[in-house]
Amino acid sequence: MKLIKIDQQNWNTGIEKAKSAYRVFGPVKEKNDYEFKVLGTNEMPDLNFRNTRLSPKSIIYPQSQVMFTYSIDETKDDCRIMKEVENVTSPMAIIGVRPCDALSFPIVRRNFDTPEYQDTYWIKAYEATTFVGLACNSACDTCFCTSAGTGPFGEEGLDVLIIKDGDDFYTKIITPKGEAFAESAGWGKKEQTDITAKIKELKTAAEASVSSTVSTDKLKNKTILDLYDAPFWEEEAFACINCGTCTYVCPTCWCFDVQDETHGKSGIRMRNWDSCMFPLFTHHASGHNPRNNKYERVRQRFMHKLKYYVDKYDSGIQCVGCGRCIRLCPVNIDIRKICDKMNSFDTESCKCEATSS
Amino acid sequence: MQNPYLPYPVRIDEIITETEDKSLKTFKFVFLNASDEDKFTYESGQFGELSIAGLGEIPIGIASSPVEKGFIKFTVFKTGKVTSYLHAMKEGDIMGVRGPLGHPFPWETLEGKNIVIIGGGFAFTTLRSSIISILDPANRSKFKDIHVIYGARSPGMLLYKEELAEWAQRDDINMNITVDGTDDPDWKYLTGFVPTITEQKAPPGNDDTYAIICGPPIMIKFTQPVLDNLGYSHDNIIMSLENRMKCGIGICGRCNIGKEFVCKDGPVFTLSQLNNMPKEY
Ligand SMILES: Cc1cc2nc3c(=O)[nH]c(=O)nc-3n(C[C@H](O)[C@H](O)[C@H](O)COP(=O)(O)OP(=O)(O)OC[C@H]3O[C@@H](n4cnc5c(N)ncnc54)[C@H](O)[C@@H]3O)c2cc1C
Ligand code: SF4
Ligand code: FES
Repeated sequence: MKLIKIDQQNWNTGIEKAKSAYRVFGPVKEKNDYEFKVLGTNEMPDLNFRNTRLSPKSIIYPQSQVMFTYSIDETKDDCRIMKEVENVTSPMAIIGVRPCDALSFPIVRRNFDTPEYQDTYWIKAYEATTFVGLACNSACDTCFCTSAGTGPFGEEGLDVLIIKDGDDFYTKIITPKGEAFAESAGWGKKEQTDITAKIKELKTAAEASVSSTVSTDKLKNKTILDLYDAPFWEEEAFACINCGTCTYVCPTCWCFDVQDETHGKSGIRMRNWDSCMFPLFTHHASGHNPRNNKYERVRQRFMHKLKYYVDKYDSGIQCVGCGRCIRLCPVNIDIRKICDKMNSFDTESCKCEATSS
Repeated sequence: MQNPYLPYPVRIDEIITETEDKSLKTFKFVFLNASDEDKFTYESGQFGELSIAGLGEIPIGIASSPVEKGFIKFTVFKTGKVTSYLHAMKEGDIMGVRGPLGHPFPWETLEGKNIVIIGGGFAFTTLRSSIISILDPANRSKFKDIHVIYGARSPGMLLYKEELAEWAQRDDINMNITVDGTDDPDWKYLTGFVPTITEQKAPPGNDDTYAIICGPPIMIKFTQPVLDNLGYSHDNIIMSLENRMKCGIGICGRCNIGKEFVCKDGPVFTLSQLNNMPKEY
């Protein structure tokens, strides 16, 4: 790991230089929110944001992605044979990834890159990308990253971490990918500087600004069925309108649907983000639906993130504490509250109540 | 890195209408590239994703047996978008198959054991595959007694009628073919629901006897207490689930029951395993 200090001038020229080697993405202000966009010539990432409306998930895993093409022209030899789309991704760099969003990539990787099957689309995009993070100097009141496996200065999932201090950019080069990026930005030869104490000071202040937490320590030692059968799901799900916003804005939600779309004699097979909040997600052709009720779908979402994932991978929860689902849910369903309910759920006392009544 | 979503191109070699109402057809596929057949090395109990360009993909149990070479077979019930289109396709048409997917029945555990195969309706497809595998001369000696209980609504709704008749003639497999009811005077097998026939014909449960059940939920619901009464332990009851699927490889997130994906960790589970999982099937 290398620590360097970059001034505003060097930052601007560095980002501009990097564009010759990478497709550079950065936050750009759009109406009232910030979105990740490809930066054009002389366009700089706007770093005056708390967090972007959506995480950079879609850069690696587009909301709609063509997987194959086909022809249904009977006069052609390849009629109805799926053809792979060209899938070579040129190097990309995402500037300004918040540490919470950065952690979502190693989490999601466990799903797309498995010993048995490799999702070539996700993996190629991920491998082509350099993640240049931006530490948070102060948190929003819906952030709970420090109890979700990272923190405002968290480095997991990042190749470079930038810490802004006034006009200075303290730059931590974490991985070889990060080194290559610094090289192409012309920062490679910069002297290592001793800014460790200064960073520590900023980090302590930033961590202190995270005002909310979740408890997850007891999720593991309960059984799936204990939590699944807990009595609070119907009540917690009552207000939910199954709009799917929470899954859409979540950096760690990865479910997708596959659809074919034909225009004239040719077509594409594509995948689209899908949501476990929608009844059709599990609906069988026979009409049977294993998650027919709204509360069952809400339960699936929280159980997946806070129990099934926890048990399956033994690597914490499938949530990074970004708080987007809390801020954007139209009916104020709060994952922090549900997580604490699940964590503190006492099966024994509940059984006693049930038998005594 | 190999793209796990890319189907192997296949040609429909033969289409057999199985039932009198024509709702079930068996499709025999031949791989367009001979080398793909080697890559599609499967065991009874696994499934494949049938892919039709422009329509989509559907998970279907493999009805052929690995001892049958040169083709693969699937029996499909006509119900929605993809299955209806498939039923209208012709011999010679080109489509795709992806797989084999999921876990087969636990053949290593089943070696040296008695097996009771219980099937109802059109969920007999992977059971047909299993029976063909077991009866293969190279395999039959690996297993002890084989009982089959297979029921359909009426004689005309039974799958694989010729094979059933052939198996019924053999002395190395104990066939119990039943229908819910019939007015056919020539019907020479049993009448009665699968749970009732199971009660009458299945051997008692013990460590050396395994039951494999595939059928509609209602049949499974009423057969399970019968097996309990016969003394089958839940470790010895093997079932195959059908949840809605897309990817078939544990990635799209659609088919989970608790932390298991039916496509990748199943579709075959023991009843003991299912007892510890949410009832989301
Ligand atoms: C492991 C497994 C084995 C199966 N084996 C057989 C078999 O041997 N024979 C047979 O006839 N049927 C089998 N099915 C059920 C079969 O997959 C569905 O009937 C079929 O997907 C319906 O597709 P459709 O497009 O006609 O229906 P639609 O209702 O139009 O469905 C649209 C899409 O939803 C999905 N889907 C809908 N229902 C189901 C379902 N029950 N299971 C899985 N995906 C579904 C499919 O992707 C389908 O293309 C099996 C299902 C599973 C999971
Ligand atoms: S955002 Fe809120 S209302 Fe919408 S599906 Fe999620 S929990 Fe339900
Ligand atoms: S079908 Fe995609 S996870 Fe099982």
